[in-house]
Amino acid sequence: MMKRLLTLLVALMLAGPVLAQGGPLRLTITDGVIEPITFAVPSFEAESPAAQQAASDISRLVVQDLAGTGLFREVPATAFISQVSSFAQPVAFADWRAINAQALIVGAVTVNGDQLVVKFRLYDVFSGQELGRGLQFAGTTAGWRRMGHKVADAVYSRITGEGGFFDSRVVYVSENGPKDNRQKRLAIMDFDGANVQFLTDSSSIVLAPRFSPNGDRVLYTSFESGFPRINLLNVANVGRQQLQTAPGEMAFSPRFSPDGRQVIYSLSNGGNTDIYRTDLATGQHMRLTSAPSIETAPSLSPDGSQIVFESDRSGGQQLYIMSSNGGEARRISFGAGRYGTPVWSPRGDMVAFTKQNAGRFHIGVMRTDGSEERLLTSSFLDEGPTWSPNGRVILFSRETQGAGGTSTMYSVDISGRNLKAVPLQGGASDPSWGPLQP
Amino acid sequence: MTLFKRTALVLLFLVTAACTSPDRFGAGAGDGSGLGANAAGSVSDPTSPLFFNQTIGDRVLFTVNTSTITPEGKAILEGQAQWLLTNSDYRAVIEGHADERGTREYNLALGQRRANAVREYLVSRGVPNDRLQVTSFGKERPVAVCSAESCYAQNRRAVTVLSFSAMTS
Repeated sequence: MMKRLLTLLVALMLAGPVLAQGGPLRLTITDGVIEPITFAVPSFEAESPAAQQAASDISRLVVQDLAGTGLFREVPATAFISQVSSFAQPVAFADWRAINAQALIVGAVTVNGDQLVVKFRLYDVFSGQELGRGLQFAGTTAGWRRMGHKVADAVYSRITGEGGFFDSRVVYVSENGPKDNRQKRLAIMDFDGANVQFLTDSSSIVLAPRFSPNGDRVLYTSFESGFPRINLLNVANVGRQQLQTAPGEMAFSPRFSPDGRQVIYSLSNGGNTDIYRTDLATGQHMRLTSAPSIETAPSLSPDGSQIVFESDRSGGQQLYIMSSNGGEARRISFGAGRYGTPVWSPRGDMVAFTKQNAGRFHIGVMRTDGSEERLLTSSFLDEGPTWSPNGRVILFSRETQGAGGTSTMYSVDISGRNLKAVPLQGGASDPSWGPLQP
Repeated sequence: MTLFKRTALVLLFLVTAACTSPDRFGAGAGDGSGLGANAAGSVSDPTSPLFFNQTIGDRVLFTVNTSTITPEGKAILEGQAQWLLTNSDYRAVIEGHADERGTREYNLALGQRRANAVREYLVSRGVPNDRLQVTSFGKERPVAVCSAESCYAQNRRAVTVLSFSAMTS
């Protein structure tokens, strides 16, 4: 009796605020310090001999995804008291409580030819309940990573109450070579840097690709003609064409509208850069700004009604918001330094940006009225934020100093925690994070 | 220079440019040498692109975040304008550039401003507007790679890259 009480006490202390409230397994992501949820993933059961490799790989990927957020901490298999040999077997909750695993994820994998099915269950160990119902995903053996990401997304969603972001892709610029002869080509990767696929060769400079809202197309700036022009690329067949913009000497900095039917971009003529909109179906153009200053880097709000952009009309680069039809703009950035590359958050409540101040570059976020500015990073050169589909994580480029400087993509939570490099061969810049895949 | 000689020179340029530069005007942006480095011709021949690039000077520099032509820049552009008026078979693309201490999109726009400032100056000295085009490489093609003002100063530039009139855009 004494021993049981002690165990319970220790468990309560270790489990932190989640258990103390006596509620279900739930992590509310806030800006405060977060005590990670502890979880255990016994290697998924292989339901056929052919499934053994995939079962082991998928369970490891689920661990990597969840632990990689910094919101979850793995209880390693070496600590396990009981093993889970069968997906159907009742869970010995006491054994998992004893090692303080708050969440338990069990799964099974079946492989039939090139078809793969993964199923999983998520348990709230301390309440002894299943959290949500068992789910299964079917795909191909070649696409096993997507199946693992889907399991991790479901677990993340059930525990945080928010959408996931693991089964998503990022389009970016792959870089090679020295600063004065840098080779750039478009590439797509999984959010974690796996499955890199090149979309263009490096015969001309390409910049700042942007995914369409459903990930089927990419807009980017190309120097194929010697002059910056906007290209539209079909991801499935890698076919590309030049966007017919309004007439101008240079067109760049494109982004899709939230419905994917329009493109907003910058056009330069006679030294002046303004923001335009072109309808992809009708080819109609609309000029949205007409100041003699530089207006660029436009990004639409998720409801399509407003545009945040940067302008140097006040002298230095600052952030402004105007109607998506143009007109009067209101300045939202007022801190020291210069603000550029604003990107509206998927939830609509925040804007991410690049800030230059006192010789440093920062990625930051602020509310759309300019309040609550927070800088998340600081380095010699950070720029170009893009939001995860759930608005919790930001990817950006970081270029290092000096003649041998290279560019690497980093991710950071919007809390400013969990800064880490995306593991890739060679340099990488200008990420655009696509949607959660269906 | 006879017409034959000049044609041969331009052909040579086209061939070497095609070899060294996948971008059509990439030679200008890539190594900052433009037509001259690859072209035959002599610095002492005032009608040669080499004379334009080296003796007159193919580029003007800018201070941080500005597109104002400096007094030194004006002297160079006076020479460029005279040369272009004398050698009317040539066209030019003016390439604007920025240093690395700025965001990508803004630097493209800033480079355009710089290139346009050069174009406006040349046009004000009588060079026909239709022989000039402007583009910008932003911070994509620095000529000096250190992360110090000594390099940044060289990278904040607008380079007048010559081409032959036969090479239409």
